[in-house]
Amino acid sequence: MTEMVHGAAPLRAGEAILPRWWRTVDRWTISCVLMLFGVGLLLCLAASPPLAARNGLPPFYYVERQAVFGALGLAAMFLTSMLSPGTLRRLGVLGFVGGLVALFLLPVLGTDFGKGAVRWFSLGFASVQPSEFLKPAFVVLVAWLLAAARTPNGPPGTLISLGFTVLVVGLLAIQPDFGQAALILFTWGVMYFVAGAPVVLMLGLGGAALGAGVVAYNSSAHFARRIDGFLAPELDPRTQLYFAANAIKEGGFWGVGVGEGQVKRSLPDAHTDFIIAVAAEEYGLVMVMFVLALFATITLRALARLMRERDAFIRLAGTGLVCMFAVQALINVGVSVRLLPAKGMTLPFVSYGGSSLLATGIAMGMILALTRTRPQGGIGDILLRRT
Amino acid sequence: MTRTPLRPLARILQSRARGENPDAIERENIRLRAEADRARAHARAEGRLLVLAVAFFLAFSVVGLRMGLEAASDPREPTMATRGGDAITANRADIVDRQGRVLATNLVTHALYAQPPQMVDPARAARELAAIFPDEDAERLEARFTREGARFVWVRRRMSPEQLQAVHDIGEPGLLFGPREMRLYPNGRMAAHVLGGASFGREDVRAAEVIGVAGVERIFDTELRDPAAGGAPLRLSLDLSIQAAVTEVLERGVAMMSARGGTAILMEARTGQIVALVSLPDFDPNDRPSPLVEGDPADSPLFNRAVQGVYELGSVFKAFPVAQALDRGILRPDSIVDTAGPLRWGRFRITDFRSRGARQSVSDIFVHSSNIGTARIAQMMGIEAQQEFLGQIGLLEASPVELTEAPQGRPLTPRNWSELSMMTISYGHGLSVSPMHLAAAYAPLVNGGTTVTPSLVQRPRVPAGEQVISAEASAAFNVMMRETVARGTATMANVAGYHVGGKTGTADKPRATGGYYEGKVIATFVGAWPMPDPEYLLVVTLDEPVETSGTEPRRTAGWTAVPVAGEIIRRTAPMLGMRPDVAGPRADAVSSMRP
Repeated sequence: MTEMVHGAAPLRAGEAILPRWWRTVDRWTISCVLMLFGVGLLLCLAASPPLAARNGLPPFYYVERQAVFGALGLAAMFLTSMLSPGTLRRLGVLGFVGGLVALFLLPVLGTDFGKGAVRWFSLGFASVQPSEFLKPAFVVLVAWLLAAARTPNGPPGTLISLGFTVLVVGLLAIQPDFGQAALILFTWGVMYFVAGAPVVLMLGLGGAALGAGVVAYNSSAHFARRIDGFLAPELDPRTQLYFAANAIKEGGFWGVGVGEGQVKRSLPDAHTDFIIAVAAEEYGLVMVMFVLALFATITLRALARLMRERDAFIRLAGTGLVCMFAVQALINVGVSVRLLPAKGMTLPFVSYGGSSLLATGIAMGMILALTRTRPQGGIGDILLRRT
Repeated sequence: MTRTPLRPLARILQSRARGENPDAIERENIRLRAEADRARAHARAEGRLLVLAVAFFLAFSVVGLRMGLEAASDPREPTMATRGGDAITANRADIVDRQGRVLATNLVTHALYAQPPQMVDPARAARELAAIFPDEDAERLEARFTREGARFVWVRRRMSPEQLQAVHDIGEPGLLFGPREMRLYPNGRMAAHVLGGASFGREDVRAAEVIGVAGVERIFDTELRDPAAGGAPLRLSLDLSIQAAVTEVLERGVAMMSARGGTAILMEARTGQIVALVSLPDFDPNDRPSPLVEGDPADSPLFNRAVQGVYELGSVFKAFPVAQALDRGILRPDSIVDTAGPLRWGRFRITDFRSRGARQSVSDIFVHSSNIGTARIAQMMGIEAQQEFLGQIGLLEASPVELTEAPQGRPLTPRNWSELSMMTISYGHGLSVSPMHLAAAYAPLVNGGTTVTPSLVQRPRVPAGEQVISAEASAAFNVMMRETVARGTATMANVAGYHVGGKTGTADKPRATGGYYEGKVIATFVGAWPMPDPEYLLVVTLDEPVETSGTEPRRTAGWTAVPVAGEIIRRTAPMLGMRPDVAGPRADAVSSMRP
């Protein structure tokens, strides 16, 4: 199966790594990511001092941490983006094994930080959420399996990948972390769709997912409460959702002004899950639209580049990663505007969180690596080859 | 995977024929086919990725649009309506007496609460608050303000304007005031048991619901709170001045007789409208005490003896068989009944307190309160007649008076209403009722024979009740009542000029363990005046009174409840607008009032 990526024609030998990287990488996406990170730092400056004060920490404690982890995350992104698809696949599969082990160990060694779900390993100086790191690795593994399934005399990759999906979703559901579980399930669905799933089957799977949601609603109080909160026409004024909705309304078009926002004082998750509410309140609709535009640009550019990609593995892995990234952003913002039920989902690169930043950096690095310009056997490639 | 045969086989055969190795051709075939596969997959993926891209673009657009709509709408303050249920209406109607004098009204005050996240210096705030409110503890307050995650802390439910100013002067931005309407009873303890009391129900920062917890406040809670009523006051039949006079006299009487408590009910005899209702000991509804958790509930000041105190009331019950016998025409006031004692019934003996011979007239039996005579009269009519009559005058079910406590004062009837029960009930033992029952039951006896519904609410017209005894029987009964006061057991209530009639009752208190106490009595007097056509009915009951002015302690109603009732009548009759008949009827007028 090593030929799987043989379609990815080797780039010219002899060219220095960095210039070649700079020439082939999607620089627009990099700019968008950097801007997102900048916005994240700016919002962290606004949202976290009240929290730091509440926890008895120096006012810019969280900002500093965000900057440090952001630098780490960006470094990871740049390093990852230089990997070749083959290396990426190898490391991804290994990472998946490691992540799976970590997920298995969670019930034993994990902690719930008093939030009712065991999702974290506490390392003292920081906490690590293994599922964040598992996600990109999972995408790589599934892409590999799905691509392999398409080769002549290949393994039954689709079924195997489905098995892994069910395993991971199950592990996430027992934490419980239905948000991540749904994200994993959705990503697998999208990848299978792009890999050429029969349309009828996709519709069937959509129905099954709906059914699973109903079952989860009926069997888990945690889950049911969130959905009920979403379906209630009147917002309970004591919930985070209410504060978030009110903050968006307060902000209006131009915002109430830097540092004038109030929602960050009343929302415990203002710096993570509801960061967009802080943005909407202080900087107004303009800032929210800017953030949304950045996310949309990253997503659409990556998809456009993947459309040209002729290698199945690269195409699938890239699609999975980009969809995961976009859906996460959509869910986060959608919750704040009450389009979706409340679900703890961070806004990639913008929300505070070391583990999330690092994992997102790696995932974005993978996207960059997979969307690098490669000879695709087209006429234009001759030019590329000659230069 | 689907396995397709190698194509074209013909080429391989040809090359074999030429002696070439067909493997190269086979590899070439495989490569070509894989490439075609990939190209097909690529084309399909291209389409599907385009679908995906459009879907994501739409999703981002929808979220952005929604965000724009949200941002364009106006922010809302958290309203009370979103808490579920109706908004809190904070204008409870006043309660006034029959003259329109205020018994209960509202006072605007403020509640104090804190929002710890906005506090500048919780320690100082706690210290200063403790200085303003002596019952608050600085350390406890500070602990509440600084508790992890504390966002909202109630400090005081209400406070005076001076305290409000003092708290304001602390200058702490995290201390906030919520307007409150507070229920105020300007007359203090007056009519406490009737009014009951109110407390806060649902509370909000902006207002709090005032709900009635007892008495008429509770019974008429919905009406008082009904915004549709437009704040029209609830007008009670009570008269504040009469209530005050009755309270004062009864209080002195209770103190003088060292009684545990007492109650007085002044009722309009024809309508059942209650003019005064006092139960002692009482309380201040502005500062309602908490209920007793142990011991006899009757010792709590909250206990309303007039409706909750269910006692065997003794000889006052003799009125019922006598009036019934008069009504049925079985006896006339001068009929002679055998009163030879003791009356034996099985192992039970019925005796008289003071024997007055073996044969007495019905009138004498009533006036001198003969147990034996009454039991004989009851025997003449039988159990069913007794039950029917007692039921008609409301002695067998809870009083319908508008007090929350009334249903608790359900009469205690004998489990097995035997002939013996019938005889003891005829002179007031074996059936326990409240003083309110007694007042309502006496009303038809003295008012010409129609039942009344005891009521605390002023009504312009009260429909006439059911006729239970004839007007003639009622008139004859009134003569006996008058005679009891004029020459019988209740002479101390003979207030000059008002022709008072009445009946006394002294009942031994039953022990909780069975049997009766020696020297613990319930003394009752039921009076009605002016005879022969009484307008008012008065019931006075004293719990364990002792009159000690003589050589030995006297406990009978004639020495305890009667003088108190007499004083009440002397004080209130002029206030009720009645003129004393100074000339007074001639001595023989008592018996010549009716032909």
